[in-house]
Amino acid sequence: MAAKTLTIDGKQISAEENETVLQAATEAGIKIPTLCHLEGVYDVGACRLCIVEIAGTPKLLPACTTKVAEGMEVKTDSERLRKYRRMILELLFAERNHVCAVCVSNGHCELQALAYSLGMEHVRYDYTFPKWSVDTTHRLFGMDHNRCVLCTRCVRVCWHIEGAGTKNVSGRGAKSKIITDLNQSWGTSDSCTECGKCVMACPTGALFQKGSTVGEMERDRDKLEFIVTAREKKQWIAD
Amino acid sequence: MSKRIIIDPVTRIEGHAKVSIFLDDAGNVSDAEFHVVEFRGFEKFCEGRPYTEMPGITQRICGICPVSHTLASAKAGDALMAVNIPPAADKLRRLLNLGQFIQSHALSFFHLSAPDFLLGWDTAPAQRNVFGLIAANKELARAGIRLRQFGQEIIEVLGDKKIHPAWAVPGGVRSALSEEGRAKIRAWLPEAFATTKVAFDLWKKTMETHQREIQIFGNFPSLFMGLVAADGTWEHHGGKLRFTDSSGSIIADQIDAQNYLDYIGESVQGTSYLKSPFYKPLGFPEGIYRVGPLARLNVCEQMGVPQADAELKKFKKLGHGAVTSSFLYHYARLIEILASIEYVERYVDDPELSSDYLRADAGINNLRGVGVSEAPRGTLFHDYTVDRNGLLQKVNLIVATGQNNLAMNQTVAQIARHYIRGDGQIPEPMLNRVEHGIRCYDPCLSCSTHAVGQMPLHVQLIAPDGAVLNEVARG
Repeated sequence: MAAKTLTIDGKQISAEENETVLQAATEAGIKIPTLCHLEGVYDVGACRLCIVEIAGTPKLLPACTTKVAEGMEVKTDSERLRKYRRMILELLFAERNHVCAVCVSNGHCELQALAYSLGMEHVRYDYTFPKWSVDTTHRLFGMDHNRCVLCTRCVRVCWHIEGAGTKNVSGRGAKSKIITDLNQSWGTSDSCTECGKCVMACPTGALFQKGSTVGEMERDRDKLEFIVTAREKKQWIAD
Repeated sequence: MSKRIIIDPVTRIEGHAKVSIFLDDAGNVSDAEFHVVEFRGFEKFCEGRPYTEMPGITQRICGICPVSHTLASAKAGDALMAVNIPPAADKLRRLLNLGQFIQSHALSFFHLSAPDFLLGWDTAPAQRNVFGLIAANKELARAGIRLRQFGQEIIEVLGDKKIHPAWAVPGGVRSALSEEGRAKIRAWLPEAFATTKVAFDLWKKTMETHQREIQIFGNFPSLFMGLVAADGTWEHHGGKLRFTDSSGSIIADQIDAQNYLDYIGESVQGTSYLKSPFYKPLGFPEGIYRVGPLARLNVCEQMGVPQADAELKKFKKLGHGAVTSSFLYHYARLIEILASIEYVERYVDDPELSSDYLRADAGINNLRGVGVSEAPRGTLFHDYTVDRNGLLQKVNLIVATGQNNLAMNQTVAQIARHYIRGDGQIPEPMLNRVEHGIRCYDPCLSCSTHAVGQMPLHVQLIAPDGAVLNEVARG
C-alpha cells in the first residue's frame, strides 16, 4: 500500500493510503477532539467536532471521514476551529436536556469532558427544553433521550459488532430519535441480545445500566475494540 | 378601622418570605400570616425521571439540608424496591444525618439566631448578624463556625462533598467509612464537645434573661410530631411517627410512614406557596402540630446517650407535660447537637461502618413508596408513585417548614399582640422580635416551597377591607 506524506500542524507525517486524517493524526500523537468517533466501528462524521482546516479547501472537513492525500496541509487547531467546536457543543447542549449535576454519567461523560476542554463557559443559544421520555422497560438497561446527542455509536455497535440490528434512528433533524426495532419499547424487543455494547459505546448518560445513580455510569470502551481485534485479527489483546 | 402589617423581607432565614399582621377595628392584632413568595415546582419536574436519580435531584432543593432530602429520597427508593438495607448502610446513613444535624443546628444557633439574643434585640441590623458576633466575641463566633465545619466534614468524609453528596442511594449507600475518615472525625470530637458546653452555658444565661421571650415567642398549646424508636427513644432516621399533645400525652404512636396520609392532611392557602399540613383526626386548623427539635424532644422519652439525656431531663422540666414555647427550639437544638456528637462518638469506633456489604439490590416491587427521615428542621416526607419501570408518576414532598407554618403564624400573632397597642403604629422593637419568632423555627423556605434565595422582610398592616394602612420593608 502506498504511503502518503502530509503535514499536520506543521509536522511532517507519513500515513498509509486510505487512512483518515484522524487516524494519521492519532498515530502522530496529535489529538483532535471527537464525539461520534468510536474505536472499533466505522466513522459517520455526524458530530463535526473533529473538523480541521485543509489548505486549499475553503470548507472545514471532518478528520474522521477525510482520507489523507499526498502533500495535504492540515491544521487541527486555530481560533476559527475552536469557535466552531464550541458552537457545536453549545448547540448540542441547547438541543436536549443535559443536566450534568444529576446525570448518571456526571464525571465520566465525553460531552461534559469536551465542554470543559474546549472552554465552553456558557451556552449562547436558548435552551429548547424538549420533552423527551426515558425508556426503562428493558430488564437491564435504560435509554434517556434527554441526554442523547445522536452520535449513533449505539446503532453502529449494534449492527456492526453485535450484528443484532436492534438500534436505529427515526425522524429527521432535531426530532431524530434512537429507536429500538420498529420504534417500540426496549423491553419488548425481539432482536436485542442484551449484550450491552450500546451502553458501553454511549458517550453521555443516554444509555445506562438500570439502577445507576448520579455519576455511577462508567464505561469500558476497550471491550469493544478488544472484540473487534479478536474477531478480525484473531488476536485477543487486552490492556 | 382594622389594618394589616406586612413584614417583607424577613431576614436571616433560608429563603424569601413576608409577614402580614391583621388588625381588628379596635387596632388590635386579630391574626397573622407568614407567606412564602417563591415557587419552584420540584414535585412537577421530577415526573418521568427514574427513581434512582431522585436522591440526586431532590437534594438540589437546598444547599443547607441536601443530606435530609437525599436520605428521605433514598428511603422512598428502599420502599419502592421493598428491601431492608444492609445494617452497615443504615448506620452509615445515620452518621451522615448526624453530621447534617450538627452543621445545620450550629448554623441556626450561632450564625442566624445568637446575634439576636447575644448582641441584644435592638442592636442595629447592620451589626446584628454573624459579623457583629465576630466583632463582639471572636472566640465564640469562631467556635460556632468550626462546629458547623465539623458537621460538614462528616458529610464530606462519607459522601466526598460537603454539599450535594451523591452517596445515599435506593437500597443503601455507595461507600463505607474509611480509616482516614474515622481518624479525622475522631480528632474533631473533643473540640465539638467543648464548643457545645460553651453554647449550653451561654444558653442557660440567655434563659435567665429572656423569660419574657419564653412566654410570648410562640408559647401556645399544639400537637407535636416526630420519629421515635420502638421504645420511645429519640430518632432521626429510623423509627416510626408519634404525635403527642401539649399535655405530653401520646395521641398516636408507631405510625408507619407508608400510612402518613391517614394522619396528615395538607391545606393549600391562596396567600402562600407553602402548604399547611395538619393532623387529620382533628381537622384544619385545630390539628396544628409542630415538628423539629422542640417536637422531637417533646415526643421522645430519652435521647439514648448520657450527656444529652441529662439535658433532656432539665428541658422537660420547663413544661407542664410538653414544652410549648417556640423560643425553646434553641435549647432543643443544642441538646440535639450534643446527642448527635455523642452518637458520632459511638459510630466512629464501630467496625461495622467499614463493611463492604452496603447495598441491597431489587427492581420495583411497590408502585408507591414513602421515605421519612428527620431533617434538622423537622420530619421530612418523600412520597413517590412510580410505574412498573421505576419512572416517577407523582411526587409529594412534605417538609418541616410547611408543617410548622401554622405554628409560625400563631407565633407572629402572639408577638405582635404583645407589642401593638391599638394606635395603628408598628413599633420598631416588634419587627425584630417578629423576625426572631420566625427564626426560632429555623425555617428553610428553599425546602418548603422547594424555592431558593435570601430572605428580605416586609410587614404590612392591613385593614378588614383589605387596605394596606402601614407598611415597613427592609432588604
